[in-house]
Amino acid sequence: MEKVAIVGVGQTTYERRKEDTFDELVFEAATKALADAGGGIGDIDNIVTVSNDFWDGRTISSMGIQDAAGSWDKDISTVEGDGTFGVLYGMMRALSGSFETTLVVSHMKGSEAVMNLITNAIFDPIFQRSLGIDATSSAALQARLYMEKIKASQEDFALASVKNHKNAMNNPNAQLPMDISVDDVMKSKMLADPLKMLDCSPISDGAAAVVIATEKGAKRFKKSPVWIKGVGHVSDAYTLGYRDLASTRALDAAASKAYKMAGIKDPMKDLDVVELYDAYSYMEPLWYEGLGLAKEKKGVELLKSGATAMDGDLPVNPSGGVISAHPVLVAGMTRVVEGVLQLRGEAEKRQVKGAKTALAHGINGACGQSHCVFVMGV
Amino acid sequence: MADWLDKVENVYFEGRIKVPYKWYVGEVGSRFLVALRDKQELWGTKCPKCGTVYVPPQKNCGECFVPADTWVQVKDTGTLESFTEVHYSHTMQPESPPLIYGLIKLDGADGSMLHLIKGVDPKDLKVGMKVKAVFNDKREGTILDISHFAPE
Amino acid sequence: MGKKVAIVGFGQTYQRSSRKDVNGVELINEAVRAALEDAELTINDIDAIVIGNMDHFEGVNYVDCWSAEGSGAVMKPIFKVTTGGTTGTTVAMCGYYHVASGMFDRVLAIGWEKNSESDTTGAIVTAFHPVWERTRFGGAIAGLAVEASKYMHNYGVTERDGARVAVRERLHALNNPYSQLHQDWMKGMEPEQIVDLLVTSEQNQMLAYPLRMSDMCPRTDGAAAVVFASEGVAEKIAPTPAWVISTHNRHNYVFLGDINWDRNDTLEAAAKKVFEDAGIKEPLKEIDVCELYLPYSYAGLKWMESIGFCGPGEGPKLVWDGVTDMDGELPVNPSGGVMSSNPIGATAILRVGEGALQVMGKAGDRQVPKDVNYSLCTGFGGCNWADVMLLGKKKPS
Repeated sequence: MEKVAIVGVGQTTYERRKEDTFDELVFEAATKALADAGGGIGDIDNIVTVSNDFWDGRTISSMGIQDAAGSWDKDISTVEGDGTFGVLYGMMRALSGSFETTLVVSHMKGSEAVMNLITNAIFDPIFQRSLGIDATSSAALQARLYMEKIKASQEDFALASVKNHKNAMNNPNAQLPMDISVDDVMKSKMLADPLKMLDCSPISDGAAAVVIATEKGAKRFKKSPVWIKGVGHVSDAYTLGYRDLASTRALDAAASKAYKMAGIKDPMKDLDVVELYDAYSYMEPLWYEGLGLAKEKKGVELLKSGATAMDGDLPVNPSGGVISAHPVLVAGMTRVVEGVLQLRGEAEKRQVKGAKTALAHGINGACGQSHCVFVMGV
Repeated sequence: MADWLDKVENVYFEGRIKVPYKWYVGEVGSRFLVALRDKQELWGTKCPKCGTVYVPPQKNCGECFVPADTWVQVKDTGTLESFTEVHYSHTMQPESPPLIYGLIKLDGADGSMLHLIKGVDPKDLKVGMKVKAVFNDKREGTILDISHFAPE
Repeated sequence: MGKKVAIVGFGQTYQRSSRKDVNGVELINEAVRAALEDAELTINDIDAIVIGNMDHFEGVNYVDCWSAEGSGAVMKPIFKVTTGGTTGTTVAMCGYYHVASGMFDRVLAIGWEKNSESDTTGAIVTAFHPVWERTRFGGAIAGLAVEASKYMHNYGVTERDGARVAVRERLHALNNPYSQLHQDWMKGMEPEQIVDLLVTSEQNQMLAYPLRMSDMCPRTDGAAAVVFASEGVAEKIAPTPAWVISTHNRHNYVFLGDINWDRNDTLEAAAKKVFEDAGIKEPLKEIDVCELYLPYSYAGLKWMESIGFCGPGEGPKLVWDGVTDMDGELPVNPSGGVMSSNPIGATAILRVGEGALQVMGKAGDRQVPKDVNYSLCTGFGGCNWADVMLLGKKKPS
C-alpha cells in the first residue's frame, strides 16, 4: 500500500454537557487539527464528516456542520458510523489519486439526545424494538454470555473500569477521571445486570478531527507524519441471537488484516500501546481476545496480570478509554488521535515511553457488531 | 469582543422528531406473525446449505447468502442462553422496570430469540434454564403476541 | 498513484410506490442479487460493501449493521455513507474510492429506500435547522418552487417549458420496466399535445406555484446496487466496463437562505471540475448521454445551463428542439429519471447505474440509438448539493 499518514489531530474536551452547538464543536476540532498539522483549510483537498441522523435529530445531519468543516468549494462526503470508519474513508480518498490530503471530523452531543431511544432504534423494528431493548440491556446480555463462557465474575470486569478511570486522571480531555476501587464499581447502581453504573461508559459531548495526507501531501504541513501501517474493518451478523456474542470473529478478521498489512506477527510484543473501544467494562477483556492480545477465553487473565496497565508490557487505554468519555462516533476517532499523540511523544502525563507502534480500535452497532482496527507507526 | 457577549443567556429549544412509520414485515415475517396470532405456533426458516433454522424467520441466510426457503415448525419451549434484569426506564419499554430480557434458544431453532422473561425470581435465573412461551389471549400479529417466556 | 476503476455490474429492483411483500433488508437483498447476477459474480467475490439511505425514511439506526444479512456483509467490510438526496452518488463515489485507493478490487455499492414506510415530507423537514429553518420550511416542493419561480422571472420561461421536460421523462420511462411510473396514456401522443393537456387539466393539481403534480417526482420503494472493479480485474468481469473518468461534488450550502437562487452554482462548479479533469471542452458535443438527477421539471431546463450544455436561459430551446429526446443529440434520462422513479437513497445511484448501462450497451429498450463514449450522471439533494460522475467507454490513461 502506498504511504499515507496522519499529520494533524484535534479534539475538544469531553464533557457530560457542552454549551457549544454541533458546528461550533466541529469548527473547534477541525481548526485544532489544522493548527496541529501546521497548515490551513487551503491545504485540504477534500473532507469527510462523520455524523448520525438519529443522534443529531436531523435528517442529513452532515448539513448541520459541513460549513464548519470547511466544505466550501471542496469535494466532501459523510460516513454515518464510528469515527474509525471515517478515518478509513478519508484514507481511501487520499490514496485514490484524486486528493493528497483529507480532513476528517466527527462530532456528538449525547446531551441533546435520549440515548436509550436512539440505541433502541438500532434494533429491528419488527421483532426486537418493541421489547424496549437498547445499547445497555443488549450489552448486558453479551456480558453474561461472556461471563458464562470464561467463568468470570463481575469483579473481574470491574478491573477494566478501575484501570481506565485511573488512567483518565492523566488525560485533561477525559470526562471521568476517577480513582476508584473494584468495591466502588460493585457498589454502583445496577443498571442491567451484570452491568452497573461504573461498568458503563457515560453520555458525552465532544468532537475530534484528523488530517490525513499522502507522502506528497504531508509536505504541505509542518508536523512529522504518523504512518498508517495497516487497517482492517469487518462486520459480524446483525441478528442478536444469531451471532455468538461471546466470540470475536469479526474483530479477529479485522485485526488480522491490519496486522498483515503492518507486518505485526505477535501483537503483545510488536505493539507498544493500544487504544480500544471499551463502551462497557467487559468489552476490554473481550476485545483483547479479538485483537490477539490474549488467546480465546483468556482476556480476563490478561487483564488481571497487569500487563495492560500503564506500567505493564502493553498499556491499554492510557487515555482512560471510552468508559471515561463516550461521545458516540467521535470515540473511535479519539482512539486514533490518542494513538497518534502517543507515537509523537506528545501524550504528556499519559505517555507510554518510547511508543513506536500503536493500535486504535473502533466499533459500530450493538454489542460491537462491526469493527475497525488501525495500526500506526513512526 | 464585546463585553455583553459574556453575559449571554444560553437559550434551549426543545423539539421532537415525530415521523410516523409503517414497516412492511414482508411475506416471510408475516407468515411467522400470522402463525403466532392465529395458531400460537412458532415457525422458522431453514438454510439449505448450512442447515441453520432461523426464528424469527429470515428470507436470506446471512452466512451462506442463499435463500432460507424451507419452513420448519419449532417448539414453544427452549433454553435460556442469556438474560439481564433491567432497572432503568425509557419510553420504548413495554412495561416499567424491573424487567427481564432473555435470549431463548427454542427447541428446533439454531440461534436464539430475544424476548421478555417473567414468572421467575431474578435471583433464580440461570443460563441453561428451560423456559416456555406464554401467549397473550388477545393477539394482533406482533412479537408481543407472545407475552413472555417463563420457566417450565 | 490511485487505480483506474470501472463499473462491471448493475442491479435494481422493480420500483413501486410500495413493496408490501418485503421488508427493507429483503429489498436490499434483491438488488444485491441482481447486481451480482449482472456482473456474473458471487458474494464471495466481493471485497467490501458500502451502503446508503436516509435514516428517517425507514426509522432504522445503523443501517449498515441492520442490513448485514441481506446486503452480504456478514463477515465482510462494510460502512454507511449518507448525504441526503445525493446519497446514491455519495455511495457510488464511495465505492469508486474504495477501489481507486488500491485497497479493494471488487466493491459493491448499494443505495435503497422504502419511502412508503414513512411520511416523506415529515422526514425531509427534519433536514433543516431546528431553530432557524424547520418551523417555517415547506418541504422539498416549496424550495424547488421558489427556484422555478426565480428562473421563470429571470428568463421568461413558461409553465409549458417545464411541462415539456416532464413529458420527456415520462415518455422515456415507458421503455424502462423498472421505473415506478408508466403513464401509458401518453403512448403514441405528440409531446406538444401532452404538454397542452398537462398545463390545462384541472386534475393536474397545483401544489406550489408553478409546480403541479406532473412537475414533481414520486416517492418510491426501491434498491439498486453497482459493482465497481479495479483495472486489471474489471476487464475480466465485463466485456465493456464503464470506466469512471472523473467525479466531483460540491455541497457548499447548509442554510436554504444562502443558496444562489439565480444559478445552480454548485452544479456549475462540480461539472466544471469533472470536465476539466476529463479534458471535455464542448459538453453538448462530447457527452453522448446523460442521467441527470432532476427532482422536478424546471431543473431539466435550468440545470442544463448549469452543466454547460447551453447558455443561460437557453434550456427551453434545447428541450423543445428535441435535443434531449431519445433520438436527439444529447438524450437525457433514457431511464425516465427521478421524475418517474424516486427511491431516494437509491435515486442517485440509479443515475450512475443507468448511465453505466448506456456505456456497456446493456440498456435494452432504453438504450440510446448512438455510440456511447461518455455518459454523465449527477446527484442532487439538500441545499443545492451537486454530485457529478462521468463514465466512459475508453479506459482513462
